[in-house]
Amino acid sequence: MNEIEKMLLMQIADLHKVPDGAYNIRKDGDGDGRRSTPHIRIENRTDGKSGIDIFVSSQTQNESVHIPVVITKSDYREKVYNDFYVEAGADVLIIAGCGIHNCGAQTSEHSGVHTFHVGKSARVRYVEKHYGEGDGRGGNIMNPDTVIYLEEGASMLMETTQIKGIDSTMRTTKAIVAAGADLVVKEKIYTHGTQFAGTDFTVELNGEGAGADVVSRSVAADHSKQKFASRIIGNAACNGHTECDAIIMDEAQVVAVPELTANSVDAQLIHEAAIGKIAGEQITKLMTLGLTESEAEEQIIRGFLN
Amino acid sequence: MLELQHISYSAETDGVEKRILDDISLTIDERFVAITGPNGSGKSTLAKVIAGILRPQEGRILLDGTDITELSVTERAKSGISFAFQQPVRFKGITVKDLISIAAGKKISVKDACSYLSEVGLCARDYIDREINASLSGGELKRIEIATMLARSTRLTVFDEPEAGIDLWSFQSLISVFEKMNSLTGGNIVIITHQERILSIADRIVVISGGKVEREGTREEILPGLLGASVCRMLTDKMEG
Repeated sequence: MNEIEKMLLMQIADLHKVPDGAYNIRKDGDGDGRRSTPHIRIENRTDGKSGIDIFVSSQTQNESVHIPVVITKSDYREKVYNDFYVEAGADVLIIAGCGIHNCGAQTSEHSGVHTFHVGKSARVRYVEKHYGEGDGRGGNIMNPDTVIYLEEGASMLMETTQIKGIDSTMRTTKAIVAAGADLVVKEKIYTHGTQFAGTDFTVELNGEGAGADVVSRSVAADHSKQKFASRIIGNAACNGHTECDAIIMDEAQVVAVPELTANSVDAQLIHEAAIGKIAGEQITKLMTLGLTESEAEEQIIRGFLN
Repeated sequence: MLELQHISYSAETDGVEKRILDDISLTIDERFVAITGPNGSGKSTLAKVIAGILRPQEGRILLDGTDITELSVTERAKSGISFAFQQPVRFKGITVKDLISIAAGKKISVKDACSYLSEVGLCARDYIDREINASLSGGELKRIEIATMLARSTRLTVFDEPEAGIDLWSFQSLISVFEKMNSLTGGNIVIITHQERILSIADRIVVISGGKVEREGTREEILPGLLGASVCRMLTDKMEG
C-alpha cells in the first residue's frame, strides 16, 4: 500500500495499519485484503453484483468490522453493494468509509449501497466517513445509499461524516423500524467551494415503542449548497425526532425539508430545523479570550461539527 | 493601571443619536474598583469600550501607560484585558473544558480545568465535558464565565454584573474568586455591580449616571451616601428583583 492509500485509510477509518478483527479493504475496485473471524464472516456476493456480504453471528460481542474503500484513479466509477446480516443479540461496530484521491482531470465516483438486516435485540454502531482530495481538476462524487431493517428491540447508531473534499454527494437512507427498536442518526457535513451535499432520510416506525432520532449538523461555506430532507412516518405508538441545524456562511445555500407523518394517534413526532450564520456575539466572546476573528470562526465550526 | 481619558460614545437608536458615555475620565489602579449606577447609565457600555468591543468616538485608553485605543478586541485580550460578559454566550459543541483551554491560551489538563471550576462552586467532573449550550442554566453559565476569567488571570479583568444569576452560590465565594485572581495577577479588577456586598469590598467606587462620572472615591467616602440616598432604593429594587 502506498502513502496516498495509507493516508486515505487514516482519514476514513483512523487506520494506521491492518485493523484488528474482521476487515475487507477495497482499492480501485479490487479486493486488497480481507479477514473473517470466528464470529464475523465476509464473503463475495453471489448475485453477480460487485460487493460483499457480511455475516455477523449472534455470538459477536464488542467486535468490529472495517470495510474501507479507497479510490486513487481518475475517471473511475463504481457501484458497490454490501449487505450486512446481523443476527439476534449481536453487538458490533462497523466502520465503513470511502476515500478518493483524484489527481486527474476526470471525475471519480463511488456509489455504495449498504443494506443492514439487524436481528432482534442486536446492537449496531455504524460509522461512515467520506473524504476526498486531489490536486487535479477532476471531481469527487459519492452517493451512499443506506437501507436499514431493524427487528424488534434492535438498535442502531449511524454516524456519518463528510468534511470537505467531496464535490457532490447524494446520500439516501431508508429505515424500517420494528417494535421496541431504535435508530439514531448523527450526520455531520461541511461543504465549501461549489460543492453540493444532499441527504434524504426516510424512517418508518412500524411498532409500539419504535424510536428514531435523526440529527444533522452542517456547515455550508463559500458557494456550496446543501439540501436536507428528513421524513419520519409513525405507524404506531412511537417516538420520532428529526433535527437539522446548519451554519450558513458566505454565499452558500441550505435547504431543510422536514416532513412528519403520523398514522397513529399515539405517534409522537417532532421536527426542528434551524439555519443561521455564526452569531456575532460568539465570535466577539472568543476574541475577548484572545482568538482572532478567523480563529474564532474556525473554533466555533470545529465545535459545532465535533 | 487603566486610564480612561475623556471617553465619549454615542450610538443611534431608532434614528436618534444618543450620547451614552459623556466625557468619562477615570484612573483605575486599585485591586477592586466597583462601577455602579442606575440601569441605563452607561456602565456596560463603558465595560465594552474597555474590552474594545465598542469604539469610543472621543478619548484615549491607556493600559499601564500604553495607548490601546486603536487595538482590536483580540489585541486587547492579548495585551492583558479580560472581560466577563453580563450574559455569557452559548456555543453548540464547544465544551466547558474547550472554553477554559481557549481562555488559558493552551491545552489544559482535566486537573487544571477542575480546579478552576471548583473555585466557582461547580463540581468539575459533572461539567468539563458538558457543551456550553442551552442545557446549562444562566447561573451555571455565569460561573463558567468566571472560571474562564480565572484561567486567563490577566492584569486587568472587567466583570459586568457578575452577581446576576449566582443565587445558589454565595457572594462570599465570588469575593474569594476576586481575591484569588488578584493574588495571582497583582492586577486590577473592575466590577460593574449593584450588589452592596461587592461594593463593600471595593477599594474604590465609581458612580455613573447619565453617561457621566457622578462621584468617585474610596468605599468609605462613597458607600454611606449610596446606601442612604435614592440610589439605595435602586440597589434594593435590583436585589429584590
